[in-house]
Amino acid sequence: MKRPMPDLAPELFRPALFDEAAAELTGYAHYSYWRSTMRTFLKSPVSIFLLALIVVLVTASFIYPLVSPTDPNRVDLDTATWNMEPGSGHAFGTDGLGRDLWARAWYGTRTSMLLGLIIAILDVGIGMIAGALWGYVKRLDRVMTEIYNVLNNIPQTVFLILLTYIMRPGFWTIVVALCTTGWIGIARFVRNKVLMIRDAEYNIASRCLGTPLHRMILKNVLPYLVSILIMEAALTIPYSIGSEVFLGFIGLGLPLDTVSLGNLVNLGKNNFMLYPYQLTWPTLLLAAITISFYIVGNRFADASDPRNHV
Amino acid sequence: MGPYVLRRLGQSLFTVVIVVVSVFMLLRLMPSSGYFTREDYVNMDATARTAYLRNMGVLDNPAIQFGHFISGLAKADLGRSIAIYPRTPVLTILAEKAPYSLWFGLAALVISMGLGLGLGVLMARQKDKVADGIGTVYVTIVRAIPSLIWLFLIQQWVTGLLGWPMVFYGDRPVSWILPTASLSLSGIAWYAIWLRRFMVDEENRDYVRFATSKGLPRRRVMTGHVLRNALVPLVQYFPQQVLLTIAGSLLIESIYSIPGMGGLLVNAIRQQDNPIVQALVLLYSVLGIAGVFLGDILMMLVDPRIKLEGSGGAKAGKA
Repeated sequence: MKRPMPDLAPELFRPALFDEAAAELTGYAHYSYWRSTMRTFLKSPVSIFLLALIVVLVTASFIYPLVSPTDPNRVDLDTATWNMEPGSGHAFGTDGLGRDLWARAWYGTRTSMLLGLIIAILDVGIGMIAGALWGYVKRLDRVMTEIYNVLNNIPQTVFLILLTYIMRPGFWTIVVALCTTGWIGIARFVRNKVLMIRDAEYNIASRCLGTPLHRMILKNVLPYLVSILIMEAALTIPYSIGSEVFLGFIGLGLPLDTVSLGNLVNLGKNNFMLYPYQLTWPTLLLAAITISFYIVGNRFADASDPRNHV
Repeated sequence: MGPYVLRRLGQSLFTVVIVVVSVFMLLRLMPSSGYFTREDYVNMDATARTAYLRNMGVLDNPAIQFGHFISGLAKADLGRSIAIYPRTPVLTILAEKAPYSLWFGLAALVISMGLGLGLGVLMARQKDKVADGIGTVYVTIVRAIPSLIWLFLIQQWVTGLLGWPMVFYGDRPVSWILPTASLSLSGIAWYAIWLRRFMVDEENRDYVRFATSKGLPRRRVMTGHVLRNALVPLVQYFPQQVLLTIAGSLLIESIYSIPGMGGLLVNAIRQQDNPIVQALVLLYSVLGIAGVFLGDILMMLVDPRIKLEGSGGAKAGKA
């Protein structure tokens, strides 16, 4: 007896999971970690746009003070120039003392960017060296773990506030305060990675085959670390800029005569009811910077993961 | 498990001691002028100032002061406030303020977990589709823009829009909504982003492919296999989050004038009210360390694969 074939409609089927990376594995030829990372990263137009935005904003904030004659701290005694709306000869308007907000915004961006960059470089530099030692030197493990426990368990606000009080508010105080707590997290991360990579099978195999140490470090270990470190640096910058805003809010930020995004936001906040633009413009600039760094950092982290390479 | 727990307890105690001693000594580095109110400082001459300081006990050897602190602690006496609430026992102050922070914090934590985990699952299931995109935008805004800015804007706009009170009133429940909601926003983002990441990681595992290949519906695969395993690394942080709700949120409590614990520490340090600072640091570090300890144990209970002797696999990064 012949049974009719069931009706094999296409909707009964689903495509099998297809892993592009696994498919490419057979065609593996001239794999370069950095080229693949950059290619994956630059594949998205959003990443390119945000990276370009960062470059433009940072360059502008460093060039503006060199070419503009406007003094961001010049107080005008004529009350007619106080709290002027944006447009009227001042692109972002003026604040409660007649200071030009356009100039202040760029000077502020420069200060905040410098702060973020210095903290990022110090955090990542110290974190990398300490983390590598922590991972390689066994005797250091107990001490470093204890330092980690202590730093990680003092509420961070306590630490920031105590240090700012002991050292008086200022640019370098904030740098020291944020770095004292920031490096240890990166060090811990690097240490875990170093431990994992150092004893990974491919490294043992490589060592057995007689790969020289410098080649092992450059080709086997470093690629895994550098991407993490770049990501950490990219994410430390918005974090530091945000911390400066927070410290300004509790009165421990930069001195008021220093123009920074934190000071601008906190001053603008006080006048928000009457002159909202005094908060809006600095905030938009600040958000553009922190969001760009945050997204670029995360995208780079994704791109640097070899599992996402094609 | 017994010896491991005991050894971890010993280590935790050691860490608490180091934290408390270092903060105690750091406080002794602050200028002594901070112990006076401005008028007092101007009105007193040098001898009166010295007498005042000696009377307060801050001129003693720091080691002796620490001894006093410890012996007081043994009698459950954390000292009395100096500057903020003169001569009020620190314990009384904490007992009065802690409930505000605790209730707001717990309410926000429940909301964060409910909505955050839901959003995380949704984002992982709809990966690279509209829901994932919207979720990512939300998470990015909350995490990348300094919270002070959006907390302030929410207070300004929402209270204006709905006619709600701008500050907290103990007897008007409608004024409790915004602080709780604001407090939940970053928690929701935290749960959503980590759950999404762990679920996406988990989805590429062989056992998930196997479950899919044998014909299990996607919904069952996601809840029965992927979600359960993705929750394991998050469980570790749960005890600490619960315990530290008592610390309150500095920004939110000061924006909405909630008389909780959030601003207490900053004020105490600013006015050099050392007994309060010491008590708070002791409290927060004990709770923080206890949280990590409980988190490790909870994780072992949830996931039997995790070994007792492992060095606390901290998987999720900056909170």
